[in-house]
Amino acid sequence: MKHHIFRTAWAGILALSVCATLSSNVIAASREDTLVIVSGASVNSMDIMRVGTNRPSYQVAVNMYDRLVSFGIRSEGNGGYRYDSTVINPELATSWELVDDGTAYLFNLREDATFWDGSRVTAADVKWSFDRAVTLGGFPGVQMSAGGMNSVDQFEVVDELTFKVKMTSSNKLTLPDLAVPVPIVINSKVALANATAEDPWATEYLHKTPAGGGAYMLERWEPGEQLVYTRFDNWKNGPLPAIKRVIVREVPNSSTRRALVEKGDADVALGLPNKDSKELSEADKLTVVSTTIDNSMHAVGLNMNFEPFKNVKVRQAVAFAMPYQKIFDTAAYGLGAKMWGGASTSPTTTVWPQPFPYDTNIQKAKSLMAEAGYADGFEVPLSIDLSFAEWTEPTAILMQESLGKIGIKTTINKIPGASWRTKALVEKGLELHLKNFGGWLNYVDYYFYWVYQKGHLFNSMNYMNPEVEQLVDVTLPMAVEDPRYEKNIKRLMEIGFNDVPLIPIWQPTLEVAMAPGVEGFVNWFHRQLDIRSFTKK
Amino acid sequence: MLAVPSLIGVIVVAFVLTRSLPGDPAVYFAGITADEESIAQIREQLGLDKSIFHQFIVYCKNLTQGNLGVSLNTGQSVASELSARFPASLELTLTGLALALMAAIPLGILAAVNPNTWIDHLCRIFVTAGASTPIFFSGLLLVFVFYYLLGWAPSPIGRLDFFYLSPPKVTGFYTIDAMINGDFETAAAAAKQLILPAITLAIFALAPIARMTRSAMLTAMGSEYVKAATANGIDRRKIIFVYALRNAMLPLLTIMGLVFSYLLGANVLVEKVFSWPGIGSFAVDALVASDFAAVQGFILVMAVMFVVLNLVIDILYTLVDPRVSIDG
Repeated sequence: MKHHIFRTAWAGILALSVCATLSSNVIAASREDTLVIVSGASVNSMDIMRVGTNRPSYQVAVNMYDRLVSFGIRSEGNGGYRYDSTVINPELATSWELVDDGTAYLFNLREDATFWDGSRVTAADVKWSFDRAVTLGGFPGVQMSAGGMNSVDQFEVVDELTFKVKMTSSNKLTLPDLAVPVPIVINSKVALANATAEDPWATEYLHKTPAGGGAYMLERWEPGEQLVYTRFDNWKNGPLPAIKRVIVREVPNSSTRRALVEKGDADVALGLPNKDSKELSEADKLTVVSTTIDNSMHAVGLNMNFEPFKNVKVRQAVAFAMPYQKIFDTAAYGLGAKMWGGASTSPTTTVWPQPFPYDTNIQKAKSLMAEAGYADGFEVPLSIDLSFAEWTEPTAILMQESLGKIGIKTTINKIPGASWRTKALVEKGLELHLKNFGGWLNYVDYYFYWVYQKGHLFNSMNYMNPEVEQLVDVTLPMAVEDPRYEKNIKRLMEIGFNDVPLIPIWQPTLEVAMAPGVEGFVNWFHRQLDIRSFTKK
Repeated sequence: MLAVPSLIGVIVVAFVLTRSLPGDPAVYFAGITADEESIAQIREQLGLDKSIFHQFIVYCKNLTQGNLGVSLNTGQSVASELSARFPASLELTLTGLALALMAAIPLGILAAVNPNTWIDHLCRIFVTAGASTPIFFSGLLLVFVFYYLLGWAPSPIGRLDFFYLSPPKVTGFYTIDAMINGDFETAAAAAKQLILPAITLAIFALAPIARMTRSAMLTAMGSEYVKAATANGIDRRKIIFVYALRNAMLPLLTIMGLVFSYLLGANVLVEKVFSWPGIGSFAVDALVASDFAAVQGFILVMAVMFVVLNLVIDILYTLVDPRVSIDG
């Protein structure tokens, strides 16, 4: 009896696999117009303004919605592209001007722009969407206020196709902040039709059903599995994308992603570990794009509340004791930009980030420790964020060995991702820690605002320098063309070089592998997927 | 009915345990750049500003209405997540278990019939090798050989290849649902997707089942009724498969229940390697993010599953146990 069951089951499985082999050709045709992207990340909402929307979901805001303006994109020559923070391009707005003595922007909206349902995009939609961004609270509110936009009173409908953004004072960050993923334009008629008294901003509806006018529409979203986009053929706010249909499939394991793109079953593999990326580019079969992330550094933070780190000589000693090259080879597989070995203690260019003037020099580190009165060293925990164990763990181990040489005894303290923010950024209680910050807006002063100013979130070092406080406050709203701007940011960098509360190691990269014939990955500051620029031969 | 107190216990313990997880979900989900004000807003929205007792009452009230809350991590209601993911895991685990049984029982019988011969040793080596290979490694190895090198297996991207649409939901098992729908092409595709991950699970589950079969069969083969049967000249095949195996089934059933529940909860790594949208990776991701509702929902479903499983095993005992059926 048992035998029969087994035999039948086996026969069934065999029969099924035969059928499957026969039928696999049937679907090959639709493969032509479709781009298959495999990603390790999971999209959890269609609405960037919702509470709890994770970073990978920002791709929905990028691809399915439009903003008033967008940043330029330039080719990097290797099949990859990079956004250009110095160029602001029209998207929904065809033109704009500064009015009211430079305290307001007036935007002219595109006349023939429509939402997916065919209705015209009006200034009222823009107003409703921006009001929503500043009212809902949480992340969208924080991001809007980074550009000086806090209140619904700042947004005004002038006429059907003219929209005004009033600033509290002249601010260079306002326009670029309108090009980030948050201030999207939502079809307010559709949203309002689905709003309720308890939910006036239709968060429940827009969470699952996008209502926009962006280059791509939603075909299918199966949370935890895949997101399928179809092109919106009437899109007017930019060049019509080349690819009709894009499947973004979730493949959590990076080895599996690599195998899929190597076999040609996927066209693009995102988020590859540096190791795989390096091997693939050496094999030379695929297009591997490795581009540095703007305004971002992997670094060591030294907490000023920890007695020995109050002494600048100890901080410099740590900077000289870092095994930079070893870390770069082991943790980054040599991919990225080195942030050590700078020639001069004062910056000669305004490029940011740029190498700090330190190199591995144990003798010098030892003598600095002696000068500071710590010839015998001290003990300190070295904390790392487990969510980023890929680079933090090898880096910590190499640091532990090297710091031991100058008498600093470290124990590695691994902190799970859910508690990292509280412990490192809010309580700011980690003595020695590995950290990363990447600024969405690509300005030195913006980096210093978040990382070096007293009390700010990413100043996990508790660093406080009156000159930095004053310089950042003055420089942040200042136009880049202002003659004082260059002088100020050079001074800020110089202070960063010499005070080293933060020891940068390298500028990380985004690693993407593409099948032959596929082009158009854009390295955006938000690091999320823009499918509009892909092409496939 | 005896299950009711244990379920209530599970609900209470799951609730208390999740609240004592390190990390603050309000902070986590407010996003990295959030300020105090927006964190407080979110804490209020999530009801986390209330006392634990109050939160528990609300949770129980929702539970009686079948509302398990919303997973912050995946943005979906926990009930819909579980109803999509549980069948996915179940389909995979059952297939894996079936494969393991098909391989392990014959192996165990072979070993028991020829104890301490080269066959026995070979079985032992084979089974031990399977159990001592990390599941993650064997999964990747299978992908490498059968997908990457040989190209026999379909792409390891979950329950269906890119260009198939999931069948309308009836049971949640794609193979069965597609067949109900009359779509044999999709059913075949779903079955193909199952093969490699199921084999990975089976390799892992071989050892306990084969070892238990062997020892149970050895006991049975050494017992008096088998000796009596042999003395009476009954065909050896009949002795092995009817008299001995039937008696050996009882401990085997127990171990099957254990292996099954273990496979269902512990196949996170298989799910990750094969991009399987199962319940294990859902639970682990939820734990990492302190996603209370999702963790509680997972524990609850697993508890119910264990209760049902024990019930099923008990029923099977009575069916298999010769002492019961002979009376009937």
